[in-house]
Amino acid sequence: MEKPRPLWDNPLQFVFACISYAVGLGNVWRFPYLCQMYGGGGFLIPYLIMLIVEGMPLLYLELAVGQHMRQGSIGAWKIISPYLSGVGIASVVVSFFLSMYYNVINAWAFWYLFHSFQDPLPWASCPLNSNHTGYDEECTKTSSTQYFWYRKTLNISSSIEEYGSIQWEQAVCLILAWLVVYLCILRGTESTGKVVYVTASLPYLVLIIYLIRGLTLHGAVNGLIYMFTPKLEQLANPKTWINAATQIFFSLGLGFGSLIAFASYNEPNNNCERYAIIISLINSSTSIFASIVTFSIYGFKATFNYENCLNKVILLLTNVFDLEEGALTADNLDSMKDYLTSTYSNQYAELLPQIKNCSLEAELDTAVQGTGLAFIVYSEAIKNMEVSQLYSVLYFIMLLMLGIGSMLGNTAAILTPLTDSKFLSTHLPKEVISGIICFINCIVGLVFTLEAGNYWFDIFNDYAATLSLLLIVLVETIAVCYVYGLRRFEKDLLLMLGHKPNWYWKIMWAFVSPVLIISLFIFYLTDYIRTGTLQYQAWDATEGQLVTKDYPSYALAVIGLLVAASTMCIPLGALIIFLMKRLKKRSVSTLE
Amino acid sequence: NGWSLYFDGILYLLKQPECISLFSLSMFKLLIFYLSLQYAWDASEEYLFKAMVAFAMRRYSNKETTQISNVLLCNMTERVSFWFVVTDSARNVTTVPGSEVEAAIRMNRNRINSAFLLTDNTLQFLKISSTLSPPIEPTVPVWLVVFGVVLCLVVAGILLLVVSGIQQRKKNNHESAETGDLEDKSDTPVITENGIPCDILDLKAGQINGVYAADDERLTPL
Repeated sequence: MEKPRPLWDNPLQFVFACISYAVGLGNVWRFPYLCQMYGGGGFLIPYLIMLIVEGMPLLYLELAVGQHMRQGSIGAWKIISPYLSGVGIASVVVSFFLSMYYNVINAWAFWYLFHSFQDPLPWASCPLNSNHTGYDEECTKTSSTQYFWYRKTLNISSSIEEYGSIQWEQAVCLILAWLVVYLCILRGTESTGKVVYVTASLPYLVLIIYLIRGLTLHGAVNGLIYMFTPKLEQLANPKTWINAATQIFFSLGLGFGSLIAFASYNEPNNNCERYAIIISLINSSTSIFASIVTFSIYGFKATFNYENCLNKVILLLTNVFDLEEGALTADNLDSMKDYLTSTYSNQYAELLPQIKNCSLEAELDTAVQGTGLAFIVYSEAIKNMEVSQLYSVLYFIMLLMLGIGSMLGNTAAILTPLTDSKFLSTHLPKEVISGIICFINCIVGLVFTLEAGNYWFDIFNDYAATLSLLLIVLVETIAVCYVYGLRRFEKDLLLMLGHKPNWYWKIMWAFVSPVLIISLFIFYLTDYIRTGTLQYQAWDATEGQLVTKDYPSYALAVIGLLVAASTMCIPLGALIIFLMKRLKKRSVSTLE
Repeated sequence: NGWSLYFDGILYLLKQPECISLFSLSMFKLLIFYLSLQYAWDASEEYLFKAMVAFAMRRYSNKETTQISNVLLCNMTERVSFWFVVTDSARNVTTVPGSEVEAAIRMNRNRINSAFLLTDNTLQFLKISSTLSPPIEPTVPVWLVVFGVVLCLVVAGILLLVVSGIQQRKKNNHESAETGDLEDKSDTPVITENGIPCDILDLKAGQINGVYAADDERLTPL
């Protein structure tokens, strides 16, 4: 007696789940960085081309596979071909790695959220040193927001070898983050379906509020102009196109098995073609929307720092040369400096090391991505706004919603194959399986709360998913087009949707996407090989900045293990099935 | 030109004779940001300043010997900056050591600031490093309080869902034991599935059959 498969209450839940999963932190903290680095407004051209050529077809493919096979990733690929069960297992392994480290970001977001209820914000000023004569030394070398991130939040050690101890504050935030995830996935689609209404829509509300606030900030226009002026010469740089392709690829979350899992809970005749187009368009437009917000914030922060710098120089010159107030302004500063240099060359020369050259472009040019953008740059901008507590709370709630939405997809990718398997679902109820998965992930995640935890986080972030996903999706596309057969797939789509896919989709699936993925794969491999040893950025507390160091050998071993664990599943799975079939044939033939 | 007038102040023309003789390490320079003053700076404000410095000296040394006349201001400039020195009337025309003055002012800095409605940034004593007031530390960190609240809510939610799930499962087992093997084995990926699991139909009476009420999308096209 089998229970029928749980379904989404309505197609809207499915769409919201996919949007909630696809629209994640990468849209907020990676896309603006790419935009800035690779040509400003001009980056939109390769981005949109890659969206149409790569994003939509691959998304449609995964949704169709999930919806038709009505199983999680392991079961779905088993149906396509028994030799491909390794692909499903590889997806689950990659999702497992991802959920291990991704929830740590939610833990940090919780930490910052809880600290946002203080007045003034704790990252607004440096703490005092022990004898109260001045500010803490490390804090003076960097800024108060960087100090709060590196010292108070992470308590980071100076290299990956120095483990340090578990930071209990981060550990309890991590436990809380896993409890929240467990609460959302506890009942399967029943609970997930309701939660995604909130996690998908709340970030947009906050982004709109921030857009209005950001555009009205002083200096926001500087950031927007800087971002959107297209530097079209970047289009000739191959890295631009590669990064556009990579961004589309990872932003949609292809290859993890989450999309297959979500689509498997659909009605069989759900129009996944339409939804694939809608979801990918919404994902990309959210990226662009988020980067408008980010750049207005950038502009505000850069202008604020620039004007602060100018004011400090004016103050210094006014004090030393006893000028009347108002004599030096931002406009006449340069001409006055020339006058002072010529008239009082000795005294001016003594002052020269203290006078910084303030430049708005230099402030805008500090392109940051990742946790640096989310937790340092944004919090620095927020502390200078009025009613900063409110904006801080809103911002970190938004980060939490984005992060939890993506976590729901990650855990669905792991849990759906497990609950599909007859063996597990008969012995253990869904709640217990989810609980065990959350518990294991939480325990392993405690590694990231060590003092060196952020370095391990970077390892997982950079290497756990990148190469493996490219391989998985490549195998997926080739499997569907050539192993399963494009004609058979067309017939399935006709059965589901009522019409065959038109020539555009078929060409993309059969030729363009595989070629694109192979070229991305080759690029990544050559990049890894060319750079030789892998390096990482370590925080130097005495200097107050990041320094580059080499990974020790055991870290390199872990990286290799991460990549191998998922990629090797594919050939191993095929090999094992092949051997099992041989054994069966042999045992059958010996019986005769 | 007009600029040169402003730069006369650089050559510190000490106009008062006593300032020349007392010029020493015990002299401190005060700078006030003219533009941040909420009032006009005049002789009465100078008097208040002398009073505040005398007050600081009295507080620091716990002797009530310092008089307002012991504080001398020299070389006033338009943007409100001047030098001042504290003399010791017990020993004629000698100055109180700079370290004492410095310590006294540092101890009472916030009182002096608030007397003038200014802050550490807008009222600057050159050569006196300001002691910074430590931030107020609440007894229980605020973040722990919020954390505790959220944690309790989440745990309560989990317990609620788990317990109601267990109860529902017990009810289902009980009822399926009663009704026997009437459940439909519909789990095949065929399009004829109408989307409504049959066990729900068994349990509730009067369920609307979605096959007839469903929209066109559910039906296979002809």
